[in-house]
Amino acid sequence: MTHDPRFLFALRLADDALILGHRLSEWIGVAPQLEEELALANIALDLIGQARMLYAHAGEIEGKGRDEDALAYLRDVPDWQNVLLVEQPNGDFARTIVRQLIYSAFMAPLWRGLKASADPTIAAVAAKAEKEVAYHVRHAGEWLIRLGDGTDESHARAAEAVEELWPYGGELFEVDEAGRTLIAAGIAMDPESVRAEWNTTMDMVLAQATLARPADGWHQSGGRKGRHSEHLGHLLADMQFLQRAYPGATW
Amino acid sequence: MYTQALNAKDAADGGAEDADRMARFQARIDAEERIEPNDWMPEAYRRTLVRQISQHAHSEIVGMLPEGNWVTRAPSLRRKAALIAKVQDEGGHGLYLYSAAETLGVAREELVDQLLSGKAKYSSIFNYPTLSWADIGAIGWLVDGAAIMNQIPLCRCSYGPYARAMIKVCKEESFHQRQGFEIMNTLAKGSPAQKAMAQDALNRWWWPSVMMFGPPDSASQHSDTSMRWKIKRFTNDELRQQFIDATVPQAHYMGLEIPDPALKHDAESGHWTIGEIDWTEFKAVIAGNGPCNRQRLRQRREAHESGAWVREAALAHAEKRRRRAAAAVTAAAAE
Repeated sequence: MTHDPRFLFALRLADDALILGHRLSEWIGVAPQLEEELALANIALDLIGQARMLYAHAGEIEGKGRDEDALAYLRDVPDWQNVLLVEQPNGDFARTIVRQLIYSAFMAPLWRGLKASADPTIAAVAAKAEKEVAYHVRHAGEWLIRLGDGTDESHARAAEAVEELWPYGGELFEVDEAGRTLIAAGIAMDPESVRAEWNTTMDMVLAQATLARPADGWHQSGGRKGRHSEHLGHLLADMQFLQRAYPGATW
Repeated sequence: MYTQALNAKDAADGGAEDADRMARFQARIDAEERIEPNDWMPEAYRRTLVRQISQHAHSEIVGMLPEGNWVTRAPSLRRKAALIAKVQDEGGHGLYLYSAAETLGVAREELVDQLLSGKAKYSSIFNYPTLSWADIGAIGWLVDGAAIMNQIPLCRCSYGPYARAMIKVCKEESFHQRQGFEIMNTLAKGSPAQKAMAQDALNRWWWPSVMMFGPPDSASQHSDTSMRWKIKRFTNDELRQQFIDATVPQAHYMGLEIPDPALKHDAESGHWTIGEIDWTEFKAVIAGNGPCNRQRLRQRREAHESGAWVREAALAHAEKRRRRAAAAVTAAAAE
């Protein structure tokens, strides 16, 4: 299946945002404190909002009449293009926070750069998302510092979460043929250009959190090609249930 | 959202309070003045408000659970975002209300402990399960609709912090009510399966919503003091009737049937009259024997317990920072 690279680009950004937003919404009713429950819901809303604009844009580029809901609710696992990081289960609060920081620390400089995208819709989404994601970085960073430099238990949990999720960060920096075309056209950004800032953010937070940075090297990969972890199928089964059970209905 | 506590009676009635102060206090209330946190107030007034406001707060928090049950399964991205935002609003209401209760000299932690231990009550409507997406519509339309009837008069409650919190809460609740109606209306006008889903939700939520206003006036001698203190301004039956009169035509507009064969319109009074309410069910659910009482409390307790290490980490970290800052000041002074 060959897609317009611009479609794939918008879709990938949207899939990352929606899947992570969905995961965060799973915290409703079970968060460690009320204020944090509201904060996680807020971040979820930001990400779902970004995904909606991006899906609408992807649907227009594709020109086959697929709207945001067709893209979100009627694709099965192999058609999803999100990185594996965002579909990883919430785990304990430390895992959720580390997952958020790895993603947000990457997206903050990316969105900032994409404000200059040659695609005006991407640039408009970037202008909104940049402000939102800057807050997500601060929120996740502050929590990781509290957890790492908190109690023995929270330190151990935070360290384990960093170890577990670190190998999922590398996929954010991958570029394929579609990506290279768009980078050359000034629509996408080369993820390498944000690596230094991502490193700085992660190093700064990990140092203040008294946590060791795991070695880079081998990383998990496959999401951008539709090869996912076992977790995504369950997430989609939950998320897509009504649309699948009552095909064609309006909600 | 929900003010079942309006129907609870306080044990003492402040009989031992200074008669002069009581008279001045009542005169201020009669003059529609607001009572503020630092003003003198009878102990029974304080206790009544702490109980009512905290139960209201607990209801908001427990109320997040039945709706949260559908957040991950919302049928469109627009509905998903709206539902997350609604549940988030409810958490926000819980926060203002706990703050309003704190102005009366009780700590939020203590109130939360009362909820988790089962000592404090919350609105029993949340002890019913959300079985289909239509239940999310029904909760917004009926449960929030009933809550608004109770809460609009509370915007004029004699206790200032509660009244002011209610103004913001009511604005958001009325948005939720319209959103719920819109979900129901979409389903009612949808496929036969969707319409059946909407009717089933109405069948299950109608009577519990009608019961949200509490026992009939004939069986409730408890609101006299609350009425005198202008914490409560209308009786249970008055509010219930307002709700029924507003809601029945909305159901008919959507082509849905109210599950009450005795329902009829009284041309003379202009009111809708309903059949017998099954108060044995109401009492059973309040007593803890509803479909989800244990499940709801268990979920709140588990969230609280499994989040303890996070709250402890935040406190430990704040303490480390404080000590470091103090050490830095000491070191600077020594130089």
